Amino acid sequence: MDRRDFIKYCGIATVGLAVGKAGRILAADKLLEESPLTASRWAMVFDLRKCLHKDGCTKCIDACHTVHNVPKIDIPGDEVKWIWKEPFDHAFEEQQNEHLPEELLHAPSLVLCNHCDNPPCVRVCPTQATWKRASDGIVMMDWHRCIGCRYCIVGCPYGSRSFNWHDPRKYLTTIQPDFPTRTKGVVEKCTFCSERLDRGLLPACVVDCPEKALTFGDLQDVHSEVRELLASNFTIRRKPSLGTQPQVYYIV
Amino acid sequence: MRDRGRILIGLLIFLILMTFPVWYNALNGVSVMQEPELATKNVPGKDKCVNTAEYMRQNHMNLLNQWRDTVVRQDVRVYTTVDGRKFNMSLTNTCLDCHPNRENFCNRCHNYLAVNPYCWDCHVDPQDPKVLAAKEPR
Ligand code: HEC
Ligand code: HEC
Ligand code: HEC
Repeated sequence: MDRRDFIKYCGIATVGLAVGKAGRILAADKLLEESPLTASRWAMVFDLRKCLHKDGCTKCIDACHTVHNVPKIDIPGDEVKWIWKEPFDHAFEEQQNEHLPEELLHAPSLVLCNHCDNPPCVRVCPTQATWKRASDGIVMMDWHRCIGCRYCIVGCPYGSRSFNWHDPRKYLTTIQPDFPTRTKGVVEKCTFCSERLDRGLLPACVVDCPEKALTFGDLQDVHSEVRELLASNFTIRRKPSLGTQPQVYYIV
Repeated sequence: MRDRGRILIGLLIFLILMTFPVWYNALNGVSVMQEPELATKNVPGKDKCVNTAEYMRQNHMNLLNQWRDTVVRQDVRVYTTVDGRKFNMSLTNTCLDCHPNRENFCNRCHNYLAVNPYCWDCHVDPQDPKVLAAKEPR
């Protein structure tokens, strides 16, 4: 090998090393590099009309309950749910004019935590285990701080919170490693998928809806999809007279 | 001193009971701590902990608390080590990525010390059969 070959091989080896190294760094940083989704005020718009035609579809519920390891407990009163269907006349007790279309009256309406602007659950929590995030308005849960006193369940006018009366792992046939389960004695609810937003992913229910009935976006951004929907449709919210200012809107 | 015999027997029983933990542990081999298994010590990219071994031995529980609060309450998920490496702050996906066998790592120390962190009531061990049964990660 002469001097030139030697230098050539040195060069090739260096490139090889660099490529190998870069590959490793990229692999290690995969989780971190994905840019998070951020907003000034997250909100959800649910198009009841689109959902109406999908009788018996539970894709959004299944998606949410799978990624968050929500157990399916069939004992009445002991169920744990983050998102579920409630007949229209239950979900919107206040907004029932007489002689509504029969179809609408019993329409299954998706309900979840409303991430209120003025959340009563936060006000009553003695340990600050639940709080409204200043940056984007999500009503968060800190499961490490929850002492299971259930004041928040009493405080929430929408029934959005569930208490773990049982060890949830007994009721889970499979567990997703990406999100911790909860344990007996703590309260849980929807968090607008805050852990997915951090990884640049939209909430699981929004992604998995085959009818695109769920829209998620920034209420403070005039050009966002949610704002466009709110500007072009008549929407209602659950129990508006309570002044909680829910951030889940329904197109009826 | 007609009670000497009884007193001696009493003392003997007392001594046996007092030293019970010592010889019980000695007989059961619990008093010998097995070294925690460093599964990735020789795996490139996984050969260094998120801090020095010395620091980790003394402070991993504080570091975990700090990680927990930063992620859950401040919504920051990336941890930068002193030497500039970046990690996703996750008990399951980061700590157990390099220390995959909880029984042979965390628990070897913890059993010896008789500490039983309740974290695993919620946080998932990837070796759990119900995790392995989950078809595809989401
Ligand atoms: C009641 C259930 C529960 C218990 C018990 C619990 N955690 Fe958590 N922990 C959670 C949940 C839920 C999250 C939120 C995960 C997310 O947002 O990605 C979390 C997040 C974390 C995080 C950051 C993200 C992650 O995935 O690791 C750390 C670190 C953490 N916990 C540490 C601990 C430690 C240390 C203990 C034990 C001393 C513990 N936790 C006990 C439920 C729990
Ligand atoms: C990138 C791989 C990696 C990650 C991530 C990692 N460790 Fe380590 N850890 C190691 C290695 C390698 C050692 C041995 C270091 C040495 O001996 O210099 C070690 C050592 C330790 C020790 C000391 C063990 C002893 O024998 O004294 C503890 C405790 C520890 N790690 C806990 C943790 C915890 C808790 C986490 C999560 C916060 C974590 N490690 C994350 C690779 C890792
Ligand atoms: C080198 C031995 C060693 C290893 C390895 C180790 N720990 Fe620890 N751990 C300790 C000691 C020592 C304590 C403190 C016990 C005390 O405060 O009495 C502790 C305490 C803890 C605590 C706080 C417990 C409490 O009740 O306050 C947590 C959480 C914890 N360890 C998590 C882990 C995790 C997770 C791993 C594995 C990734 C791990 N530890 C591996 C030695 C170890």
